[in-house]
Amino acid sequence: MSELLQFLFSGITVGAVYALVALGFTIIYNASDVVNFAQGEFVMLGGMITFVAYTAGVPLPLAALLAIVVTAAVGVAMNKLAIEPARGAPVVSLIIITIGASIFIRGVAQIVFGKQIHTFPAFSGDEPIRVLGATILPQSLWVIGGAVAVFIGLWIFFTRTLTGSAVLATSNNRLAAQLVGINTKFIMTLSFALSAGIGALAGVLVTPITLTSYDVGLALALKGFAAAMLGGMGNPKGALVGGLLLGLLEALTAGYLSSQYKDAAAFIVILAVLFFMPQGLFGRKSTDRV
Amino acid sequence: MKLSAKHATLIVLVALVALAPLVFPSNFYYRVGALIFVNSIAVIGVVILTGYAGQVSLGQAGFAGIGGYACALAPAHLGVPPALSVVLGAVISGLLAFLVGRPILRLKGYYLGVATLGFGILVSMVLNNERELTRGPDGIEVADLGLRGLLKDVGLDLSNGQFWYFFCGLCMIVGAWLALNIHNSPTGRSLRALHDSEVAAGTVGIDVARVKLQAFVISAVYASVSGSLLALQNKFITPDVAGFMHSIEMVTMAVLGGANSVLGAIFGAAILTLLPQVLTVFADYEQMVLGLIMIVVMIFLPRGLLPSIARKLRRTGE
Amino acid sequence: MSAKREKGESLFAVEGLGIQFGGLKAVDNVSFAVKPGEIVSVIGPNGAGKTTLFNMISGVYHPGYGRVSLNGEDVTGLAPNRLAQRGMSRTFQNLQIFQSMSVLENAISGYHLQERGPVLSDLLGLPSSRRRAETAKAEAFEQLRRVGLADAADREAGSLSYGALKRLEIARALGLKPKILLLDEPAAGCNAVETEEIDHLIAEVAGSGVAILLVEHDMKMVMRISNHIVVLDHGEKIAEGDPASVSRNPAVIAAYLGAEAA
Repeated sequence: MSELLQFLFSGITVGAVYALVALGFTIIYNASDVVNFAQGEFVMLGGMITFVAYTAGVPLPLAALLAIVVTAAVGVAMNKLAIEPARGAPVVSLIIITIGASIFIRGVAQIVFGKQIHTFPAFSGDEPIRVLGATILPQSLWVIGGAVAVFIGLWIFFTRTLTGSAVLATSNNRLAAQLVGINTKFIMTLSFALSAGIGALAGVLVTPITLTSYDVGLALALKGFAAAMLGGMGNPKGALVGGLLLGLLEALTAGYLSSQYKDAAAFIVILAVLFFMPQGLFGRKSTDRV
Repeated sequence: MKLSAKHATLIVLVALVALAPLVFPSNFYYRVGALIFVNSIAVIGVVILTGYAGQVSLGQAGFAGIGGYACALAPAHLGVPPALSVVLGAVISGLLAFLVGRPILRLKGYYLGVATLGFGILVSMVLNNERELTRGPDGIEVADLGLRGLLKDVGLDLSNGQFWYFFCGLCMIVGAWLALNIHNSPTGRSLRALHDSEVAAGTVGIDVARVKLQAFVISAVYASVSGSLLALQNKFITPDVAGFMHSIEMVTMAVLGGANSVLGAIFGAAILTLLPQVLTVFADYEQMVLGLIMIVVMIFLPRGLLPSIARKLRRTGE
Repeated sequence: MSAKREKGESLFAVEGLGIQFGGLKAVDNVSFAVKPGEIVSVIGPNGAGKTTLFNMISGVYHPGYGRVSLNGEDVTGLAPNRLAQRGMSRTFQNLQIFQSMSVLENAISGYHLQERGPVLSDLLGLPSSRRRAETAKAEAFEQLRRVGLADAADREAGSLSYGALKRLEIARALGLKPKILLLDEPAAGCNAVETEEIDHLIAEVAGSGVAILLVEHDMKMVMRISNHIVVLDHGEKIAEGDPASVSRNPAVIAAYLGAEAA
């Protein structure tokens, strides 16, 4: 029983990270119909930049804030330089562009940060907390709490603020949004900034547990994408549920089946969802107009 | 006599393969050339699948891995001669593509890309994890093909570099010939119809699912042969051959050169194979440069380098 | 109001066809028939369900209920390529030309059912493969001549004018040697000259014995070339008959004027 609980704890922790990555995918997809394969790199940058700032002497909270802001800026730059110029390009092109962006960011990170593994101290210590025979790290609570805070915050943003409604309107119908005076370019910029910032936050929160290095982005992107698809591409609620489910599935696979193939869980999820339930748990079926 | 595009392309390729050694500064370039040809074979497969039929696959390297490890494992475990192992690898890849392709090809765009990506990564995961069989991430030795020895016996004594250069060159030319045959054939037209409008393709009687599967299987075989030749040439193979980066390189090579032309594919393969050689001093920068190329080419030259250059030449000529 | 059509003598028939999208009945209980060489037009105000009807008949959508029969066989819900095998072909309102191919190649692709063969034969460039392709090419060229595009054969399809592309789609659709040809707004976006060319082409095709089912907004054209007209409004058939009687039908007039007054 306590073993199962242990797996559940680690599953929810990693699932919270996947949920945040999936949320990042969802925001950008809603704003621009683009699947941003570089999403995982934002998480990597969050952890990396915090590490660099912290080792340079900046207090941890400030280092984290700096990392989030800088990563958000990277997201905005990516939109301006890579996505906007390719507006209207076929899907193959967009896939290659975002993959190219992720490889580029990874390549730069490799040069700037090196290939070693880095980390920084946990926010409230390393002393594991005992719960019902299992242990959970304080940092895990930060991760889960952070994810919940982000989702609640975003929900308030989308439903209670004017800007949030504008984002929803743009994702619903870009042309109509433009016609009612919404600055869709700004919305796009905002979406990328938000998405990158959320990814960075995830990286900041989880690095003390999982450590970070220049190439963690790829696996995170794929798993975040799997989670987004599981929940229904474009649905924030789905991102949360999909992320948690995927995290649990992975932890249970690692615990009961094989730790080597735990990463395969995500890909099997992707394939299963695509074949049996392409619209995901909360998505809508779509038809082509001819 | 007017030359068809197909014959012109083949003549250019044969000339290139035959004459390039005359300008090689050193014997090292035979190896580089062979590598370009090996990559070209995989990329021609991508051209057939993505360039002709418009289906995105981000997992082609999975089949390259199967082809490569078939040559590593079949001779050692099954006693199959290396040459036959190439065929075995191709058959397994083709069959796997057939089985996996049926459900996967119902998807489109991003979803197809990610599904094939998942497939490729699963293959590379298996190759990495099953250490008893594959020796894991460290790689495994591959037996000698034996063809060079045979040629030596009949009086043709080639260095290792020379042999592989011409052998891979020959294989590439055969691969190009098959692809060019397809382009103008009824099958090729159905592939190309898919690229432009699946709905209209169905209307003229094209069995869309079946044709997509044909393209997928054919390109899997190309990737497999490419992987096999790589393994035989290096006498060594690692799971990286099936990895995500390798899949991305293949797609980038195709797109860089011009995804819907065989010549463009070879051109793209040449550029991206030479790049790390040129940048050996800056090996660390490879990912960064690759990423940048992908972005820049897709934004400014979405048709690829070769078609864009050809267009420019045509315009200045008018 | 509706002229009774003998099912026995018609090539193609639609019975009680309908489909629902969410809560909206896009098409509800529509029936009519088409004879060989006959030109039947489906008209109605915007949103009447004409294109949805077309898409159901041509296998793009799966009908919710009802029956489609061709040559006495039930072809309801068959995939487009199976319908093509039975002799149904169509053109598209928003042009689904194969942009990356030449004009001639577009026409040749219409001969797919005729020219297709074993993949291996095509891969190896065997003489049988080349013969199939040559035969299709020759016939396709004839088809281009018939629609007046023979001169443009080697040009990129995308370089043609809109009206020319509409004719190219018809040429492609004819490669199938169809028994029934579905034309989805063939004159849409065409100027007077282009419309007249399409007009003649349609009449000529019908004259060769092909049944024609037409969706069109251009009333003058419809009245001019149709043998029989079916009128839809809000997904239902509200009238049917020859051009003269339909144009005088009060329900039809109300549907069109009602749409304008609304």
